[in-house]
Amino acid sequence: MAKGIRDKVAILGMGCAKFGERWDMDADQLMVEAFNEAVGDAGIDVSQLDAAWLAVAFDAVNIGPSGIPLSMALRLPNIGVTKVENYCASGTEAFRGAVYAVASGACDIALALGAEKLKDTGYGGLPVRSRGTTFDMIGVTGSAPGNFAQLAGAYRAKHGVSKDELKQAMAHISVKSHANGSLNPKAHLQKAVDMDTVLNAPMIAEPLGLFDCCGVSDGAACAIVTSPEIARSLGKRDLVTIKALQISASNGWELQQAGGWDGSYFHTTRVAAAKAYQEAGITNPREQISLMEVHDCFSITELVTMEDLFISKEGQGYKDVLNGFFDADGGLPCQIDGGLKCFGHPIGASGLRMIYENYLQLLGRAGARQRSTPPTMALSHNLGGSPIQNVSAVAIVGLAAA
Amino acid sequence: MSSPTGILAFGAYIPQRRLQRSAVFAANAWFAPNLKGQSKGERAIACWDEDTVTMAVEASRDCLTGLDRTAIAGISLASTTLPYADRLNSGLVKEALCLENTLTANDQTGSLRAGTSALIQALNGTAPQLVVAADLRKARPASEGELVQGDAAAAILVGQADQGLGEIAATFLGSHSVTIDFVDHFRSTSADFDYGWESRWIRDEGHTKILGGALIEALTKLGVAGADIDHAIIPIAVRGVPESLARSCGIKPGAVRDSLSSVVGDSGTPHPLLMLAAALEEAKPGDKILLAGFGQGADVLLFQATDAVARMPEQLGVAGHLARARQDTNYTRFLFHRGLLDLEKGMRAEMDEKQPGTSLYRNRKAVMGLVGGRCTKTGTVQFPRTEIGVNANDRSQGTQEDYPLADKIAKIVTYTADSLSFSPDPPVYYGAIDFVGGGRLVAEFADCSAEDVEVGRQMRMVFRIKAVDHARDFTKYFWKAVPVQKGDA
Repeated sequence: MAKGIRDKVAILGMGCAKFGERWDMDADQLMVEAFNEAVGDAGIDVSQLDAAWLAVAFDAVNIGPSGIPLSMALRLPNIGVTKVENYCASGTEAFRGAVYAVASGACDIALALGAEKLKDTGYGGLPVRSRGTTFDMIGVTGSAPGNFAQLAGAYRAKHGVSKDELKQAMAHISVKSHANGSLNPKAHLQKAVDMDTVLNAPMIAEPLGLFDCCGVSDGAACAIVTSPEIARSLGKRDLVTIKALQISASNGWELQQAGGWDGSYFHTTRVAAAKAYQEAGITNPREQISLMEVHDCFSITELVTMEDLFISKEGQGYKDVLNGFFDADGGLPCQIDGGLKCFGHPIGASGLRMIYENYLQLLGRAGARQRSTPPTMALSHNLGGSPIQNVSAVAIVGLAAA
Repeated sequence: MSSPTGILAFGAYIPQRRLQRSAVFAANAWFAPNLKGQSKGERAIACWDEDTVTMAVEASRDCLTGLDRTAIAGISLASTTLPYADRLNSGLVKEALCLENTLTANDQTGSLRAGTSALIQALNGTAPQLVVAADLRKARPASEGELVQGDAAAAILVGQADQGLGEIAATFLGSHSVTIDFVDHFRSTSADFDYGWESRWIRDEGHTKILGGALIEALTKLGVAGADIDHAIIPIAVRGVPESLARSCGIKPGAVRDSLSSVVGDSGTPHPLLMLAAALEEAKPGDKILLAGFGQGADVLLFQATDAVARMPEQLGVAGHLARARQDTNYTRFLFHRGLLDLEKGMRAEMDEKQPGTSLYRNRKAVMGLVGGRCTKTGTVQFPRTEIGVNANDRSQGTQEDYPLADKIAKIVTYTADSLSFSPDPPVYYGAIDFVGGGRLVAEFADCSAEDVEVGRQMRMVFRIKAVDHARDFTKYFWKAVPVQKGDA
């Protein structure tokens, strides 16, 4: 395996817009809101940016093609702007572009910004769209909840878990994230809910009820990265560095090979996680990771991801959930900012929002939701697609000394 | 003497749902209390994703169970409700059945008699021909047609022995036809609904004189006494008419076949063939079968069952389809599925379904025939075919051969019931299925309810409408999975 980028790149500054139904703002204004915070945090001038990466997932209801919308919104000084799209993992993909640019030495300072304006669709949930002419003839368009709901039956069948038990664990996940989101002023949903509300909510896609699903939001999030040397030269002392950054994409094995993948887990997440731990030098993630932000688009996704990240043993993740291991005061908090579930899910921004939270927590700047035990190593997991065909990104950031 | 021509195989398709006529009558009684007399029994109703073509495909598959499809030389599709005015509808059925490119195909239409007329044409030839008939007629709410009609399809494989398609189950003894422009009802090419004349006039001048006359002429011409007929198929859905016509030509009352009115309804063009399939399922060697078709004249055909009729392959047939009926009282769903009730579908239904002709043509085997690929090197089966095989251990390139999956049984790997996605029949069920022998597909499930789906449950494939491009009036077809039931081959 390649040597990797451990500690070669540091986060200079980060910003995140308030997520939610931002009826008052266009995408360019959301970008500015996130950027202003990040550039202020970085303490640099826009003229010092060497290159930028923009993540957006849904063009039709968003900003249109190319990197130009970012260049225009921020009036960037004619630097290269690359627009990336990799399903819901687009945010981490943009981050990867900027981080790799710095790690390679091609750039001193690079920008990654993700933005999504989803509340111009006219309805809740993700836009219904084509996935290409071949897919549209033979594929099932379905909905995101419908695609992810399928994890549940397969997980039950594989591990012998009853419908009720699994539904309880899923509900615990949502109740936990709502509790966390209630402490987050930038979160889309800031209201706590109880188990009964979650369990009795209307069915969206069997067995996912309304509260098993994250909403979709408007929002933007932004990272400015540089080398640790430049960061120190700019006066930064408590450095958060990138420990690992891995992305894995399905190649059709899950989708097409009968008898292979059994539907109960994410093949790509396991691949990305294993490589990320190796890159970061982590041998016991359950002990060495202090915080996690994962792609909890649906409660069941978060549950199986605990196993795919090798935090819980396979088939045991639901027990860790029910035992409160992932609660804010548990052994390894997951979604301490509310997660996609409550912070919100503006697709292109989400991967960067996760890193933003990990960055704040590592620096002790997370306010009312700050983790009591000072974290040193934080993981984010950003997933796009559906269980049977997806892109999984794992980013680990930590204190430079960790 | 040349080898006799006859029926080599037969099959049927009747959609699962049976709309209770009492539910229809109850909804419309305030307006049409006169329909009380038609309010008994049930009628077969196609789901939103079925049409003449899909039903014809399913009846053909039932008919062709266990047979070598490459031996078929021609296909006729008879219907008054063909989805396309200018696109060979029988060609669609051909693609779905993966029949040879080198076959003749024609659409037969213009009359409810088109099914029997197509059958006569085929029987007058010698080459093996598949004659399939289907109709999905629309009738105005609160009309008699809405109650009397039903949706179904039937298929008859015609040919000679020693053509690689088995033995003759019933020998063709001859036919008689009359053509008279008797307008009991009509439907112009641009109209959705029939316009019909007074039933008493139709009975007296049409059924009695034209059809009754043709029956007598046919028996005389073919030198058979009415009393020798063992199965008289007189597909007229007016109470007492078949019996009365039989009586006047000496056919025993007990030989008159049930019209299936109370359990299917009058399916139109396929109805004579459907009743013929039902008769053949019960016929004993030596039985004489009289088949009539009525519409702007009449066709009368005579068959005699052979010893082989008792040795037909296991198939669903009419009896099997009747046995798996599901009662349905949801009248508004029926109206919606027929386009007779304009429900608010919401923004999620707005996706453009435009189908590029180029990509459909390139992928026609996969899309229309559910033909996947099998790697000749590793044996790995996959759908669809790709340049580089899916087998993770072998990057074999260009090694795949066609591998049909439509008749393979599959098992559910994952599933959901999605209430969010737009579907005309919510919730929409879908999931991943693995075919026995290899191949995986994410498929929509049809004819399915909550108790039908679980990981490991067996499914089989059916040809259905995937979506309709309403902006350009183009129907997109693909395959869906339905739960395997008792009796499925």
